[in-house]
Amino acid sequence: MTPPETGRLDVRKTYKLYVGGAFPRSESGRSYPVHDAKGRFLANAAHASRKDARDAVQAARKAFPGWSTRTPYNRGQVVYRVAEVLEGRRAQLAEEVQHGEGLSRRQAETAVDAAVDRLVWYAGWADKLAQVVGGTNPVAGPYFTFSVPEPTGVVAVLAPQGSSLLGLVSVLAPVVVTGNTAVVAASADRPLPAVTLAEVLATSDVPGGVVNLLTGSLADTAPTLASHMDVNAVDLTGLAGDPEEATRLEQLAAENLKRVLRPPDAEPDWTTGPGLDRMTRFLETKTVWHPVGV
Amino acid sequence: MATSRPTYADAVTQTVAPTTPLPARLDDATSSDATLRRFLHGLPGVDQVGAEARAATLGTRSIKTTAKAFGLDLAIRMVDLTTLEGQDTPGKVRALCAKAMRPDPLDPGCPETAAVCVYPDLVATARQALGDSGVHVASVATAFPSGRAALDVKLADVRHAVADGADEVDMVIDRGAFLSGRYLRVLEEVVAVREACARPDGSRAHLKVILETGELATYDNVRRASWLAMLAGADFIKTSTGKVQPAATLPVTMVMVEAVRDFRDATGATVGVKPAGGIRTSKDALKYLVMVNEVAGPDWLDPDLFRFGASSLLNDLLMQRTKMATGRYTGPDYVTLD
Repeated sequence: MTPPETGRLDVRKTYKLYVGGAFPRSESGRSYPVHDAKGRFLANAAHASRKDARDAVQAARKAFPGWSTRTPYNRGQVVYRVAEVLEGRRAQLAEEVQHGEGLSRRQAETAVDAAVDRLVWYAGWADKLAQVVGGTNPVAGPYFTFSVPEPTGVVAVLAPQGSSLLGLVSVLAPVVVTGNTAVVAASADRPLPAVTLAEVLATSDVPGGVVNLLTGSLADTAPTLASHMDVNAVDLTGLAGDPEEATRLEQLAAENLKRVLRPPDAEPDWTTGPGLDRMTRFLETKTVWHPVGV
Repeated sequence: MATSRPTYADAVTQTVAPTTPLPARLDDATSSDATLRRFLHGLPGVDQVGAEARAATLGTRSIKTTAKAFGLDLAIRMVDLTTLEGQDTPGKVRALCAKAMRPDPLDPGCPETAAVCVYPDLVATARQALGDSGVHVASVATAFPSGRAALDVKLADVRHAVADGADEVDMVIDRGAFLSGRYLRVLEEVVAVREACARPDGSRAHLKVILETGELATYDNVRRASWLAMLAGADFIKTSTGKVQPAATLPVTMVMVEAVRDFRDATGATVGVKPAGGIRTSKDALKYLVMVNEVAGPDWLDPDLFRFGASSLLNDLLMQRTKMATGRYTGPDYVTLD
């Protein structure tokens, strides 16, 4: 990223996608140059195609039974482990965030720290959410009924375009910590922190396919994910400020009644506390009743 | 798809016709163990590297849009929808028959499959469920999948399946006899099974001969076994039982397709080919269709001459078909669990 000073050749990087725990090139073979906030070349990133999106959904579907049936406690441990590994990559991520988003070094480090803290926060919620949003229900009869939250399934996430790490973690963590599997379309102009996060996920304890990261323009991947019949929910946060496109994708998503999280008018301030909404948005409530006693 | 036969194929895996003047020698070939052996071992060898390279090259063809739609429908029409499990029940067979007749219940334009393939004791169930729909009942027989039983037991197995209404019988060859060089014994067994396929009204159930290529070790053996089965009067030659790994592969099937092509050149008789086992995706199926078209020609792009023995393939074909019709990728929630 910095010009060679010692006569050593630059290592020019071409990053790949993260699908099913592996790092494949785009099926289309395309990649695109990524520039920093001042327009200087940083690296090449893979340009995901419709087929990559399809493959990612297939991988996510395959990973879902295993991930969703793990104990919430275990999922919390895994997400905490991601935070640990992310912390170890602090310097690299801070540099990528700094260049990509045009921040000062201090601001970038603050964003990385906030991302690590966000993961830890969500990791803690893994085995507590059921107690908050589920429970026994009051009934007027000889029944006992209780409600438990269950993951929705495969969730397609359009990550925020602006905040390339903190925003990404803030939309991804609540989806997977509750037992869903995710296909994430990363920020198109700032994909490098997402690529590094993929490397973090691959070297922590997250099973392959639980998180799949696609880089490249949303024009190819977003409609494919929104219309895919095997996707159960879409988070359109990445389309903040583009209500027409959001409406179009929402219409595509209606075919199989996906849960849709509409984008805000403008990208929110990710540093504020997130609340439970993003977790409960991608949960189904299962209510069971049975007769009591004799 | 191109219709001309490429000369490259002939260069890599030589045709048989020029070196063995048939059919004059055909009757001789089957007259004794020694002549049969001489004939089969006189078949030109298969260039393994060349055959695999050619199969791989044919697998890289890009089939899109209208050609893909045609290929998918053709592949559905070629499927022998198969269930060969110890846990098969009459209910499961009936469900499979319903699926064979209407693979995609939401689309009346979806073609039906070629056949349903079951164990002999379930032939009557399948026959009743399929009625006169046009979907055939195929039955494995002759102590499938090992073929390790006395000849009269095997023949009784076949007669039972035919009497119960099987349109097609899938027999296994005696690989032990084949591998130890007792070719005439294999041939006589196929001939005997063919006779057992006869019905009282003079017609005959179609005979598919399973070579179990996964146990034959070399492409040369696959070519010999193919010729042996065809000389014995097989209507179809089939790669595998699906119980042995590796099952059907593209190069093995290509060697067999070359054999049926050469057999027609030599005798005028047309024999079909059925790869079975391990073909699970539409992409694989289209590769086979490309290969058949390029090696044997478009005559074989017909459910009467080419079949896929498969169970999960059909679901993938249906999902691809729906994708082409609606533009949406679909998922396993929208097809049956078999």
